[in-house]
Amino acid sequence: MVEDDGWPVRALRLWLPLGFFLIFALFPFYWMAITSLKPNQELYDPQLMPLIVRHPTLKHYVDLLGETDFLVWTWNTMLVATVSTAISLVFGTMLAYPLARMNFPGSALVSFAVAATYLVPQPLLFIPMAEIIERMGLGNTLTSVMLTYPTLLIPFCAWLLMGYFKSVPRELEDAARIDGASRLQTMFLVFLPLCKPGFISAGIFAFTLAQNEFLYALIFLTDTSVRTVPVGAIAELIRGDVFYWGQLMAAALLGSIPVAIIYSFFVEHYVAGLTAGAVK
Amino acid sequence: MSAHSEPIALPATRRRLLPALREWTEREEVFSLLMILPPMAFLIALVGYPFVYGIWLSLENRPVAQPGTFIGLGNFITDFHDPTFWQVVQNTFVYTGVATVLKMVGGLGLALVMNQAFRMKNLVRAVLLLPFIVPTVLSTIAWMWILDPSFSVINWLLVHGGIADRGPSWLGNGSWAMFSLIVVNTWRGLPFYAITLLAGLQTIPLELYEAATIDGAGALDRFRYVTLPLLKPVVFIVTMFSLIFTFSDFQLVYVLTRGGPANATHLFATYAFDIAMSGGQFGLGASVALAMLPPLALLIIALALYLRKA
Repeated sequence: MVEDDGWPVRALRLWLPLGFFLIFALFPFYWMAITSLKPNQELYDPQLMPLIVRHPTLKHYVDLLGETDFLVWTWNTMLVATVSTAISLVFGTMLAYPLARMNFPGSALVSFAVAATYLVPQPLLFIPMAEIIERMGLGNTLTSVMLTYPTLLIPFCAWLLMGYFKSVPRELEDAARIDGASRLQTMFLVFLPLCKPGFISAGIFAFTLAQNEFLYALIFLTDTSVRTVPVGAIAELIRGDVFYWGQLMAAALLGSIPVAIIYSFFVEHYVAGLTAGAVK
Repeated sequence: MSAHSEPIALPATRRRLLPALREWTEREEVFSLLMILPPMAFLIALVGYPFVYGIWLSLENRPVAQPGTFIGLGNFITDFHDPTFWQVVQNTFVYTGVATVLKMVGGLGLALVMNQAFRMKNLVRAVLLLPFIVPTVLSTIAWMWILDPSFSVINWLLVHGGIADRGPSWLGNGSWAMFSLIVVNTWRGLPFYAITLLAGLQTIPLELYEAATIDGAGALDRFRYVTLPLLKPVVFIVTMFSLIFTFSDFQLVYVLTRGGPANATHLFATYAFDIAMSGGQFGLGASVALAMLPPLALLIIALALYLRKA
C-alpha cells in the first residue's frame, strides 16, 4: 500500500486495470454521443469505420425536439421526480426521526417493516398496482406515478435519514427541551436544520431513482402527453421494426444529462448515500 | 364572589384540557406514533394492500376488465405445467448467479485498484459511477445499438480485426442474448459494488496491514487474512442487495430482448408482464410474479433483519 513502486509495477497495478474499467464504463456514452451526431447515410453504411463521425450533424436533435414530444416528456420526468422526492423526504423524515431518537412500543416492528418495504422489488407489485390505479381512475395521469414512486422512495429515504439522524449529537435537542421547547419545536427548529447533508444525500438519491423508474411509467402512462423520457423514447422512437437510431441516441443523451449534472454537483453526497447502508 | 366565579369556570376547564392534550402529545410514545402514522398509512395503502391484493389475484381467473372467479391454486398448477415457466426459472437463476459473481469479482478488483493513491481519484470515482446513475433504459438504448445485428460495433471490430468472419448475433441467438444481458447488467451494477467496497476498504485501519507485514505476511496473505475478513459485512450487504434487484430485474430485458429469442431471456418479471399486460391474464400473471416470492422472501428477511441489527 505504501511501498514505493517503480513505474512498470504502477502501470500494471494501477493504470492498466483502471484504463480498462474506464473504457468499459464510458464507451456506451461515447457511442451514444457520436451516433447521435452521425447523418443517416453514415450511420447505416456497414463499410465505414464506425468509431468516429465524419460529417457531424444536429439533424437528429432537431428532429427529436421538433417532431416528438421530447420536451414534454422531459418536463413530466422532472416534475414527477421532484414531487415524489419531496413527498418521500417529508414522509421519510416522519418515519426516521422517531425511529432514530425515541422509544415507543412497536418501534422494532416499524423499523423491520421499513427495511423490508425498501427491499420489496416492484415486479412483485405491478400487476395488482395496475388494477388499483385503474380503479382509482388515475390511468394516464402524472398523479399515478407521483403516488406510486414514493412507495419506492420513502423506505429508502427513511433508512438513509435514520442513519444520518443517529450520527447527530443529542446535546442541542436536550438543551432545547430543558429550555421548554416542545417536541415538535425541537424537531423542526433545532434538529432538522442540523441535518441538511442527510437531506441532500437522500434527495439526490431519490431523485435519480425516480428518473430511472420505468415499469410503473410504462404501465400507467400510455398517452404521449403524460409520458416520461424513458417510456417516451422506447414507445415512440421504436415503431414496430423501425428504430430511429439517431433520435434514440439523442434522446438517451439528452435524458441522461440532467441527472448527470445534478449528480456531478453532489457526488460526495451521492456516494455517502450509496454507501450509507453498507458501511458505517 | 360566586357570581364572578361562574363565568371563569368554563375557561378554567378548557385551560386544563389544552395543557392536558399538549402534555399527552408531548409523551414520547404518543408523539412518535402520531408522527409515524401518516407515512405508515401511506405505505400500508400502496405497498401492503397491493401485496395482499396480488396474492388474491393469483388465486383468481381474471381476464382483463372482467370480474374474476376464484380458482384456488389453479394458476400455480398451470405454471407448474408450463415449460416456459421452467425456462424462466432457469433463466432467472443463470442471469442472477452469473451477473452477481461477475459484479462481485469485478467490483472487488476495481475497488482494490481504486484503493491506491493517484491523482484525480475523486474525478475518476465520479466518472466510474456514471453507468449506475444514468437511467437504465437510456443507457440500454446505447447497448442495443452496440449489439445491433447489422451494425454492431463489436462485430465491425471482430471482422475488420480479422478475428472472425462475422460476429455473433448478439441478441438473436439464445445463449448470446443471455450473455449480452449479463454483460450489460454487470456494466450497470459493477460501479455500485466497486464504490461501496472501496468505502469499506477505506475503513480498514492501516495499522493492521503494517502489523501483518511485520509478521511477515505477503501481499496475498494480507488480502486473505486482513482485507477479506474485515470486508465481509460490506460484501454481504452489497451482494444481498444486488441479488434481490438482479433476480427481479425488468428494464434491461424488456428493452434489449423482450424475453426473446424464443423465451431464452425471459425473467420472472418480464414473463409476468407479458402474461398480464400483453396477454390480459391478470391472475396468471400475478401467480408468475408471486413465484419469485419464496427465494426473494428469504433474502429480504435475512437482509432486513441484518440491517435492523446494524
